[in-house]
Amino acid sequence: MTFFKATDIVKEYAGHRALDKVTVEVPENSIYGLLGPNGAGKTTLIRIINQITAPDSGKVIFHNREMKPDDIFDIGYLPEERGLYKKMKVGEQALYLAQLKGLSRQEAAKRLKEWFEKFEMGAWWNKKVEELSKGMQQKVQFIVTIIHKPGLLIFDEPFTGFDPINTRQLKEEILQLKKEGATIIFSTHDMPSVEELCDHITLINRSRTILQGATEEIRHEYGGHEYEIRFTGKVNLLTATLNTDYKILDHHRENGHSLIRLSLREDASPNDMLASFLKSGRIVSFRELVPSMNDVFIQAVEKENEQDTTHKTP
Amino acid sequence: MNKIKLIIQREYLTRVKKKSFLIMTLLAPVLMAGMILVPALIMTSQGKEVKRIAVIENGSHLFEGKFHSTEYLKFDYLKDVRLEDLKQNFGDLGYYAILYISPKVGYMPDAVRLISHKQPSLEVTEYISTSIEKVIEREKLLTFNITNLDKILKTVETKIRLQTVLINDAGEEKETSTGVAMAIAYISGLLVYMLTFIFGAQVMRGVIEEKTNRIVEVLISSVKPFQLMMGKIIGIAMVGLTQFFLWIILTLVIIASVQGIVFHNNQNLQEKVQHSTELLSAPTGEAASVQFNEAEKIFQALGAVNWGLVLGAFVIYFLGGYLLYASLFAAVGSAVDNETDTQQFMIPITIPLLLALFIAMGAFQNPDSQLAFWCSFIPFTSPIVMMARIPFGIHAWELIVSVSLLILTFIGTTWVAAKIYRTGILMYGKKPTYKEMWKWLRFKHY
Repeated sequence: MTFFKATDIVKEYAGHRALDKVTVEVPENSIYGLLGPNGAGKTTLIRIINQITAPDSGKVIFHNREMKPDDIFDIGYLPEERGLYKKMKVGEQALYLAQLKGLSRQEAAKRLKEWFEKFEMGAWWNKKVEELSKGMQQKVQFIVTIIHKPGLLIFDEPFTGFDPINTRQLKEEILQLKKEGATIIFSTHDMPSVEELCDHITLINRSRTILQGATEEIRHEYGGHEYEIRFTGKVNLLTATLNTDYKILDHHRENGHSLIRLSLREDASPNDMLASFLKSGRIVSFRELVPSMNDVFIQAVEKENEQDTTHKTP
Repeated sequence: MNKIKLIIQREYLTRVKKKSFLIMTLLAPVLMAGMILVPALIMTSQGKEVKRIAVIENGSHLFEGKFHSTEYLKFDYLKDVRLEDLKQNFGDLGYYAILYISPKVGYMPDAVRLISHKQPSLEVTEYISTSIEKVIEREKLLTFNITNLDKILKTVETKIRLQTVLINDAGEEKETSTGVAMAIAYISGLLVYMLTFIFGAQVMRGVIEEKTNRIVEVLISSVKPFQLMMGKIIGIAMVGLTQFFLWIILTLVIIASVQGIVFHNNQNLQEKVQHSTELLSAPTGEAASVQFNEAEKIFQALGAVNWGLVLGAFVIYFLGGYLLYASLFAAVGSAVDNETDTQQFMIPITIPLLLALFIAMGAFQNPDSQLAFWCSFIPFTSPIVMMARIPFGIHAWELIVSVSLLILTFIGTTWVAAKIYRTGILMYGKKPTYKEMWKWLRFKHY
C-alpha cells in the first residue's frame, strides 16, 4: 500500500527548474532511497514533502488524501543542514523541539528520558550543546527527529559525522523503526548503506527522475547479465565450443582454476550456458555479478549526462 | 498558536536568564538615577566646606563691611595688603580666592577680579557679583540724596521665579517646568531610539544565529517560518518591556531612597537658611535658599508630569517602532550568513532611525516645528519624534493618527519581511542582492 505519493512535482526558482515532473511513490513500511548527485533537486523534493516550500504544480498525497498542514506532526525530518542552539542545555533543547512537534511537556520528558538512557547519554542532559562532540550532537538530533513517533521519517544524509560504531547503531535503529511500522525516506550519497537499507529507490539527476524501482531489480537490470565461473578446465578448450549466447569478457588462472567473467545474451538462459561448461571441466563456483549501487549510480548518471550533451551538440 | 507561545517562551527565557540581562537591568537604573540625582545633589551639596575669600580694594574703602558672610562663604576685608604679595601665598593663608576690586568698579563692569587656584562655582561668582552690584547701586542712589534710602531699598527688593502653567482643552491648569518637559522629551526620545536599536539588533542576531547553527531547517519542519519570526520578535519585545519596567521600578527606588537621605538633611539646611535670612538683611543666604528651591522645584515638576500619558505613550511607541524595525531586522538577518554581511542591508534601516533621532533632538527644543510635526506622523520616525513632543502636550487626534499609521505600517513591513525571511533562512552561500530579495517576495509558499 502506498503511504506517501508525490506526482508530477514541478518547482522553479527564479528561472531555474529545480524539479521537473518528478513522481515518487513510497510504499508503506518500507525504506525508500532518494539518490542523486549534488544539486539534483533532492533537498527541494524533501522540503516540499515537509511543507517548507510549495510545489509550483503537482500533487502530494499522504495517507491516501492530499497533504494537510497538520500532517507535519506525522513527519520526522532530519535535515542535511542541521544543528542545535549552541548555548542551550541539551535536555531543555530536546524538550523544546519535542514540544514543537506537538508533544506535551510531560510526555516529551518521559520519552526523552527513555531514549537518553538507551543511547547512554543521561549525563548530557544538563550540558550545553557546545560542550558535546559532533557525533554526540548528531545523536541528540536523531532522537528529537523520532521522538514524536511519526509515521513518515525523512533522513537526509543521516550518517555524516558518525564514527563506524555509531553508524551501525543508527542503522540498527532505522531498521528497528521500520520494524515498528514507520515508513522512511532516506537520502544519501553512501551507496553501500543504500544496498543495505533501501527497499526502493529513485535516482534524480538534473531535476529529473532517471531511475526508479526496487533496489534489487535495478541492480540486476544494470548487471548486463554478467556471470563469474570458476572451473578446473582450460579456457582455450572453451573458446572452441563458444556459442552465440554468451561472450567471454576476460579470464585468468588462479590457484589452478580458471576464472572467467562472461556476459550472457539478454534472452539466453544461464542454465544453457552452464551446460556448455559441464563437458570442459569441474565447475567450482558460479555466480551472477550484480553491480554495486555505486556502479549503478555512476552508470546511470553518466549515461544521462552523455545523452544530454549529444542532444545539445548540433 | 500553542507553538508560537513555545517560541516566545524560549526566546524570552533564554535572554532573561543571561547574565548580561541581569547586569544591564541593574546597571542602567544606577546610571539613570545618577543622571537625575547628580545635578540635584551638586546643587544642594556644593559649598559644604567653608570658603574664605580675601577682599582687597585698591585705593578706596567702599566695600569695607559690605560683604555678608554666608554659611559657606566667609569674607575677610584686608587693608594695607598688596595684591602682588597676597597672590604668592593666599592658598597657604587658608584663602580660597582673592577678590580684587579696582576703584573704576563704578563705571567699568570688569574692574573686579576673582583670583583662585580652582574654578569657582557659579554659585560663588553670582553671589559676589550680586553683592557688588547691590553696593554700587546703593552708592549711586545715595548721590541722589534720597531720604530714607535704606528703607526704600528694603521695600523695593523683589525676587521673581517664573511659573509656567499649561492649560488643557478642558481648561484645567497645571504648573509645569519647561526644563523638566525638555528632559523627559530628550530622555524618552533617546530611549525609544536605543531600545529599538538594541532589541531590533537582537532579533537580527537571533535570526543569524539560527541560520548559522543550521537549526532553522529543523525548526521550520515543525513550525511555519512566520510563527518562528513572530515568536522571536514578540519574545524579544517582552524582554525589552521587562527590562524597561525593571528599570523604571529600580530607578524610582534608588531616587526615592537617595532623596530620603539627602533631602532629609536638607530640611535642616533650609531651616538654618531661613533662620539666617531673618537675622541678617538681604542678600545673606539667598543663593543657597534659591538653589534649594530649584531642586525642590524639579521634584515638584516631576510630580506634575502626566506620567500615565508619558509611560503609556512610551510603551506604545516603543512597541510600535520596535515591531516595525524588528521585522526589517529579521529580514536582513535571514538574508545573510553572518553578521559582517549585514552592513549593506543595515543602511536603509539605520538611516531613518538616525534621522528620527536628529529630528527628535530638535523637537525637544522646538516641539511644534513643521518638521517635528510631520515626522511625528511618518511611521518610520514617529516613535522617536512623537516621544520628544508628548511632554510638551499634544492633541489627542495627533496621537490617534500617529499610532494608527504606525500600526498599519508595521503590519505592512511584517508582511514583507516575512516573505523575505522564509526564503532567506534557507539560502546559504552568496550574499543576495536587493533584486534577488525582491524576487523572493513572489516565491510561492504554503
